[in-house]
Amino acid sequence: MRTSSLAGGGMLIGFNLFQACKPKAEPPVDLSQLNYNDFNAFIKIADNGAVTIFSPNPEIGQGVKTSMPMIIAEELDVAWKDVYVEQGKLDNENFQRQVAGGSQSIRFGWDALRQTGATAKQMLVSAAAARWGVDPSECTVSEGVITNAAGETLGYGDVVNEAALLEVPEDVKLKDPKDYKIMGKSAVNVDIDKITSGKPLFGLDYKTDGMVYAALVRPPAFGQKLVSYDDTEARNMPGVIDVVKIGEKVRALLAEDPGFGSKISSSDKVAVIAETTWQAFKAKEAIKAVWEEDTSVESTEGHDKKLTALLDGKEFNTMRSDGNIKKAFAEADEVLERTYESPFLPHNCLEPMNFYAEVTDEKVHLVGPIQTPAWKAGLVAKMLGRDEKDIVLEMTRMGGGFGRRLFGDFVIEAAEVADVIRKPVKVVFTREDDMGIGVYRPAIKYRIKAGIKDGKITAYHLKEAAINDGMYGLIPNFFPAGAIENYQVDSASYNSNITTGAWRAPYTNFLASAEQSFFDELAELMDVDKIQMRLDLLDKVKPEDDERIQYSPERMKEVIKVAVEKSGWGTKPSHVYQGFVNYYCHNSHVAQVADVEVVNGDPVVKKITCVVDCGIVVNPTGAVNQAEGGVIDGVGHSMYGDFTFDGGQGHAQNFDKFRLIRMREVPEVETHFIKNELSPTGLGEPTLPPAGGAIANAFKAATGNRLYQQPFTKNPELLKVPEKEVIG
Amino acid sequence: MPTYQIKVNGESKTVDVAEDTPVLWVLRDHLDLVGTKYGCGIGQCGACTVHVDGTAMRSCSLTLAQIDGKSITTIEGLSEDGMHPVQQAWKEVDVPQCGYCQAGQIMTASAFLENNPNPTEEEVKNAMHGNICRCASYTRIKKAVMTAADNMG
Repeated sequence: MRTSSLAGGGMLIGFNLFQACKPKAEPPVDLSQLNYNDFNAFIKIADNGAVTIFSPNPEIGQGVKTSMPMIIAEELDVAWKDVYVEQGKLDNENFQRQVAGGSQSIRFGWDALRQTGATAKQMLVSAAAARWGVDPSECTVSEGVITNAAGETLGYGDVVNEAALLEVPEDVKLKDPKDYKIMGKSAVNVDIDKITSGKPLFGLDYKTDGMVYAALVRPPAFGQKLVSYDDTEARNMPGVIDVVKIGEKVRALLAEDPGFGSKISSSDKVAVIAETTWQAFKAKEAIKAVWEEDTSVESTEGHDKKLTALLDGKEFNTMRSDGNIKKAFAEADEVLERTYESPFLPHNCLEPMNFYAEVTDEKVHLVGPIQTPAWKAGLVAKMLGRDEKDIVLEMTRMGGGFGRRLFGDFVIEAAEVADVIRKPVKVVFTREDDMGIGVYRPAIKYRIKAGIKDGKITAYHLKEAAINDGMYGLIPNFFPAGAIENYQVDSASYNSNITTGAWRAPYTNFLASAEQSFFDELAELMDVDKIQMRLDLLDKVKPEDDERIQYSPERMKEVIKVAVEKSGWGTKPSHVYQGFVNYYCHNSHVAQVADVEVVNGDPVVKKITCVVDCGIVVNPTGAVNQAEGGVIDGVGHSMYGDFTFDGGQGHAQNFDKFRLIRMREVPEVETHFIKNELSPTGLGEPTLPPAGGAIANAFKAATGNRLYQQPFTKNPELLKVPEKEVIG
Repeated sequence: MPTYQIKVNGESKTVDVAEDTPVLWVLRDHLDLVGTKYGCGIGQCGACTVHVDGTAMRSCSLTLAQIDGKSITTIEGLSEDGMHPVQQAWKEVDVPQCGYCQAGQIMTASAFLENNPNPTEEEVKNAMHGNICRCASYTRIKKAVMTAADNMG
C-alpha cells in the first residue's frame, strides 16, 4: 500500500492485491515526479471530493469493471454515483493476477479490494479527527462525508491532502455484510453509456496517429507450413505498404518455451501491411502462398478412432482413486457403462482477435484485448530480448473472451510484425482467420461406469480421453467424489498439432453434462427417485475427513432444494417434461431444471430454472446476466456447436457454417441466488456446464431417447417425439 | 481511387476509397465511426448494422454504389445525447455483457420499432433473430426491445 499527494491536491492509493499492505507509507512525492504506471491500481480522491477507482482486472463481459470497484467503494464508504471507474493498466508491481480466467477475479480480489477501501477510509477519518482534535472512533462516515460527535462535517475532499501524509494503518476494520450499502444492490455496467452510443472501447476501435494495419496469411490447415510466396500482385494493390514474413522469432520463443507450442503455429506467416483494414484483408487474398505438410494433417474421423482407442486401452494417468473399483465391479449386481462425446469448438468471440503493437529501441507498447496481460508481456519481452520493464501493456474492453484471449498468440504476432516494420501496427484477424485457424476446445470422450450392489451405488469409474491435455487436478474431486466408496478417475491424452486450449469452464463444460445424464440413467436403472438419489449420495460426503473435497454437500443440498421448489419439479402439467442437474465448479454450487415442451412434434427447451450459491452477490444485475448468459451459452453449444476437421482444416470458417444459438432458440431463464454472507465465489463459468445435462435429461423425458453425443442436433432422429406422445 | 460523397448522421462526407470497400470499413477506418462493429464480414452476425434511409442493413455487405444518394445513420447518430428510447431501454434493462454486439442490436431494434411500434414478443424475437450475441444476453435484449416499445407508446 502506498499513498502520495497529487500536485493539484488529492490522494492516490496504490495497493498490491494478494500481498500484505506495506507497513509504512512511502513519503509522498510530487505528481510531476510520479511514474504514473506505478499507480495504475488505486483510488484517486481529488480535493473536490471526486473519486476515481481503477479496476485492476481485464473486462471480457464478466462484469468485473463494475463489480471490483463496487467492493472498494463499499469499504471506502462513498456514494456509488460519485465514483468514476477507469481500467487499470498492467502493473506487476502493484497487482497480482491481473487475469480474466477461471471465474476467480472476485474470489481472489475479495480481501484485498475490501482492505484497500477500508484503509483509505480510515486514513481520511484520522485526518478529519486530527483536525477536530477528537478521537477517530467518535467519527462516522456516510457517502464520503465524515461527521463528529458535535455534528460537524468534513468531506473526503476537505481532508484528503492531510490524509495522504498519514502512515498507512495495518489493521483496518471491515464492514459487517449486514451494513453493505453498495454491494447487493444492482449497479448498471459502468461502460453502458459508451456501449450504447458506440464510443471507442474495444481493441478493434483503438487507433494512434500513423498506425497501419496488418492481416496475416496463415497456414490453411493444421500440420502445414509455408514454403514460399509470391506477393507481386498484393504489393501493387491500393494502400499496401509492405509485405513481410514473420515466424523466426516465434520459433525461437517456442524453442525456449515449448509449453506455448499448443497455442501458436510455428510456421512462417506472411503479414500484409496496409493503410486500412480492408486494404490489408484484400491484399492478403492476393498473396500466392505455397504450403507443404510439416507434420500430418488430421481429421475428425482420426480423432474419433484415437480417442476410442485411448478409452479401450490401459494407459491412463490416475487422478484419484478411492477403495478398490475392480473388486467392487466384480461384486456388483448390476453395472452401467456409457460413453459420451463432444466435438472441437471455436470460441467465436464476436470481436475477432486483434492487437496493437509499437516497437522502438526504447519501448514496446502493446494495446488490446487480452485475458492474461502479464503472461503476454513476459513472452513478448523474452521474444524481443527486452527487459520486462520496457513493455507497456494497456488493456481494452474485450468483445468476448471465453478463454480464447488467454493465449495471446495474436499479441506475439503483433509484436513480431511491429518489430520487423518498426511502425505502430494493429494485427487484425478476419473472421475466417479467427474461426478457421484458431485455438479450440478439443474434442473429448468420457466413459463412465457405475456398479450397483444391494440397491446402492458401490463403484464409480470415470475415464477421460482428451486431446493435448487432460482435466486439471481439482476436477476429480468434484461431486460425486467422496460420495462413493470405490471411486476412480483416469485420464489419457493424445497429442495433436491442432492448437487447443481452455474454453469457458474447461473440461467441466462437457463433463458436467455427461455425468449428470449418467446419474439420471443410473437412477432409472435403480428405479429410484432421481433427486433423492443425488441427496443420498451427498449425505455420504464428509469434506472434514478429506481435504481434497472443496464442495460443500450442505450448500449443494440447498441449491437442489431451492431448484425443486422454484421449478415446480414434479408438479408440472403432463405436456412439460423436466430434466434435473446439480453441479459444482469454480467454487460455486448450481442446480438447474430444464422444461421441455413438444411443439409441432418437436421437443423445445422452453425454460431453465437456475439456482446458484456463489456466496455474497456483489452486483445482482451483473450476476443474473452472467448466470443467464452461461445457461444459454451451455444450451446453445450443447444443441448446435460442432466443428469437424478434414485434411487439417476446420469445416467452418464463418457463421454461415457454424451455428450459434440465436434469439428464437433461447429459452426463458429464471435465476435464483442463495442468500448468505459467505465470501464470493465464481460466476462467469459455473452455470454453463450443467445446462447441457439439464436439457439432455428433459429431452429423455420427452422423447424416451438418451443423448450421448454433442451437439444434440447431430442426431436429429433422437430429437423426435414418438408419434403417440405428440400433443397439440 | 474514386471519390465518393456520402451522407452519414446528417453530414455530408467525402471519402477517397476503392469502389469495393464495404461501407463498414469506410465508417470505421475513414470516418472514425467505430461504433459500427466488424463481426463476420458476410452479413451473418449483425454487429455492423446501420440504417440506410431508415432501414436496418448490414454495412459489411454494402458498397458505396448501393448507398449513393441515401442517408446513413450509425449508432453515433441514432440520437444526439444517447437517449433514443431504445438506448434508454438498453440502460434501464442493463443489457450488455461484453457489449460488442450491442450497437448492432440497438440499430436493428430501433429500425424495427419504427415500423412496428407495438410488437408482440414473437415479432421481437423474429426481428432480433439475425443478430448474434455471443455472451447470450438474449433475454435482456428481448426485454429491452419490449421496454422501448412501451416507452415509445
